[in-house]
Amino acid sequence: MKVRIRFSKYGVLRFIGHLDVMRYFQKAIRRSGIAIAYSEGFSPHQIMSFAAPLSVGHTSEGEYLDIQVTSFPGEEALKDMLEAVMVEGISILDVQLLPSGEKNAMASVAAASYLIAFRQGTSLPSDWQERLLAFYNQASIPVVKKAKKSEREINLKEGIYGLEIRKGAFADREEVLPDGVYMLLNARSGENIKPAFVLESFFKTLDYELPPFALLVHRLETYKERGEDEPGADAASRPYDTRKLVPLIWGK
Amino acid sequence: MRKLALKDEILLQVEKPARYIGGEVNAVMKDKDRVDVRFAMCFPDVYEIGMSHLGIQIIYDMVNQFEDVWCERVYSPWVDLDQIMRRENIPLFALESQDPIRDFDFLGITIQYEMCYTNILQVLDLSGIPLLSAERGEKDPIVIGGGPCTYNPEPFCDFFDLIYVGEAETRYRDLLDLYKEYKKNGWNRRDFLKKAAKLPGIYVPSLYQVVYNEDKTVKERIALEEGIPLTIEKELVKDLSHTYYPLKPVVPFLQVTQDRVVLEIQRGCIRGCRFCQAGQLYRPVRERNPEVLKHYALEMLQNTGHEEISLSSLSSSDYSALPELLSFLIESCAEKRINISLPSLRIDAFSLDVMNKVQDVKKSSLTFAPEAGSQRMRNIINKGLTEEVIFEGARLAFEGGWTRVKLYFMLGLPMETTEDIQEIAHLCNKIAALYYETVPKEKRTGRVQIVASTSFFIPKPFTPFQWARQCTKEEFLEKAYLTRTSIAGELNQKSIKYNWHEADASVLEGVMARGDRRLNQVILTAYKKGCIYDAWSEYYQNDKWLSAFEECGIDPDFYTVRKREDDELFPWDFLDCGVSKKFLLKEWHKAQREEITPNCQSQCSGCGAMRYGCGVCVEGPERRGGEVS
Repeated sequence: MKVRIRFSKYGVLRFIGHLDVMRYFQKAIRRSGIAIAYSEGFSPHQIMSFAAPLSVGHTSEGEYLDIQVTSFPGEEALKDMLEAVMVEGISILDVQLLPSGEKNAMASVAAASYLIAFRQGTSLPSDWQERLLAFYNQASIPVVKKAKKSEREINLKEGIYGLEIRKGAFADREEVLPDGVYMLLNARSGENIKPAFVLESFFKTLDYELPPFALLVHRLETYKERGEDEPGADAASRPYDTRKLVPLIWGK
Repeated sequence: MRKLALKDEILLQVEKPARYIGGEVNAVMKDKDRVDVRFAMCFPDVYEIGMSHLGIQIIYDMVNQFEDVWCERVYSPWVDLDQIMRRENIPLFALESQDPIRDFDFLGITIQYEMCYTNILQVLDLSGIPLLSAERGEKDPIVIGGGPCTYNPEPFCDFFDLIYVGEAETRYRDLLDLYKEYKKNGWNRRDFLKKAAKLPGIYVPSLYQVVYNEDKTVKERIALEEGIPLTIEKELVKDLSHTYYPLKPVVPFLQVTQDRVVLEIQRGCIRGCRFCQAGQLYRPVRERNPEVLKHYALEMLQNTGHEEISLSSLSSSDYSALPELLSFLIESCAEKRINISLPSLRIDAFSLDVMNKVQDVKKSSLTFAPEAGSQRMRNIINKGLTEEVIFEGARLAFEGGWTRVKLYFMLGLPMETTEDIQEIAHLCNKIAALYYETVPKEKRTGRVQIVASTSFFIPKPFTPFQWARQCTKEEFLEKAYLTRTSIAGELNQKSIKYNWHEADASVLEGVMARGDRRLNQVILTAYKKGCIYDAWSEYYQNDKWLSAFEECGIDPDFYTVRKREDDELFPWDFLDCGVSKKFLLKEWHKAQREEITPNCQSQCSGCGAMRYGCGVCVEGPERRGGEVS
């Protein structure tokens, strides 16, 4: 049986890297007593798959992992078992027993949404909001994307599924500027677009360079493409309907 | 939510920010307003090393069991953060509360190896605590040292207010109570130190003066206060089955060196190898009850979620209940899919059988530690391992499918000759040849792999070799070169890989190991020149150390290559580790005559540790019906 788990990452744990989060969950599952399945072979490992890695420093309420279990106590019970062994900084938000044949979390990822804040003291160009929208509304946004070894030109527009200015989203938070940016970005393996890359590409067109560590990135949700027979959401709660995107836990 | 001492911008620009955030599973949080004493426990090296140390976990667990004390952890900031903290004047903080160390009542520093001495100063300096005990004021924390290097605390004694000699489990409560009493009735640092000096196991360096002879050796020690002891006896846990043990050890987020449950099965060693300091310091050997250990193992695995468990001791094969304990672990770990990481066991039919069960034979290697190549040399160091025993173990292993063998040797042992070194190469060659004799051609999966490693021998206090002359750097390198060329001349040289250590650091380690109080100035000077993380070869700056010695007018050779007479008074002789100097001297003489001494299990040799009335000294050889040695 495959189970999908949604969790948040916040507070000081934003400084824990992806590999360490994986190790953390391996140990947490052992502490929890959940009957996880193991691979065969001389050194068996837990059957576990994480959705999309989160950069160090980012927070999230839309992280996912799949585990395979040999016995299933129920969605609520499993959630409680795991939540009981968490530390401050990671919280279990939701659990779903997956229908058989569902692709694993990592293979399912299609997009991720983010809310980005600017650290207080960042002096952004005065009309950046309008110009960001204009940047986004272009028909095509050619940029150079650097990978580890290569550089290639891509059309950034194709990777941005949605972009909005969230006016006053952070009005109650002292450490950041009041206006934020919402983005829905391609997060497929190999095509992933980082929110900071979008903003850096944009500010470059204004001849403005963001100071280091100016962005506070929070991942809201990770999405998959809904299957043909899966129900859609009502238009209001669905982010961008034409792409058939639904959260990784869906149809519960 | 916990607030961090470091800003996001800093944490995001240093390597591995998880080193500095605390908040790990089983980290202990307390309300600081509801405790009387705040204790910062420090391992002066990077987080991943410090977090792998069992001793700190024991003390952390013990002190936090005291309701009136909160023990937190602190490690050396890595070099990247070190620079930022200096530049921006950020005080060093504890991981749990993230509060500055300088506001604590105690800063405890465990001193595990000589090459961490400048990191002690780094920790004090970054904390904003005066480096010298003499310069500390009423509000500064009490800086207390412990760990194996405190068996010669003189080279760094000026940096400490107190030194705890021996095992921590026994005396901390008394010390904390004394501190609370002084806090309540009007604090006076000097008075507290004077009173603490009367507690067993506590050494207060500032209350003693050392007088030197003209040849710079120690003449005598003078107590500067009435009623404080001239000899300080180590503290020791008599019953290891009924004391503190960390059943809920902290589980780091980062992958640390020791990322597993550690089960300390016994303390001490029966063997009495003459080069080994631990083998003398922790006498007598004391075993933990296997039933207690089984309970600990299950509890710790449950509380941590670790996927591996390892046994810890100086010589696990000598633990009397080893078969029972291992079969329990193998059984209970298999169902939980827990790996068992075996310590270096003596290679015999039993250990090979166990290894076969818990490791992938194809991937694992066997380890032998003959320490010396010739039987003559092994007798000198009292390493009771013969060529026959090694060959028998290797033969069994090759038959069982192993193809990789690691061999550990020391170079520069006392009375070592060219032939002794050449014997290292011969021994490696014979083991390789044994493989080809034992395993028929059609069953071989390739060449046998022998990895021979040598370290340079450094004489340590409280060992029979504390009188021995240490080699110079040039001699060390010559010996390594001879080993290399000897191996290259062997028939099976293509199956043998040879590794050796660097020599510069070994010389400095030797200076510190048998140093005296005059080295405080050298360490301080080297630190001020920028030396830290000396244990990390990429940061070790030998030229700065050499110029520090020169500036202080101190000749490092005095501590290493000088010949020591039998009746010399050593800087550490005021400590009593349980083993008498008379016994050590007898052993030194026996070594010169190439005579061996039986192990504690088969016969008592009268080292002096029997006065503790515990462990092997009272349980005696008859416990196992005697052992043939």
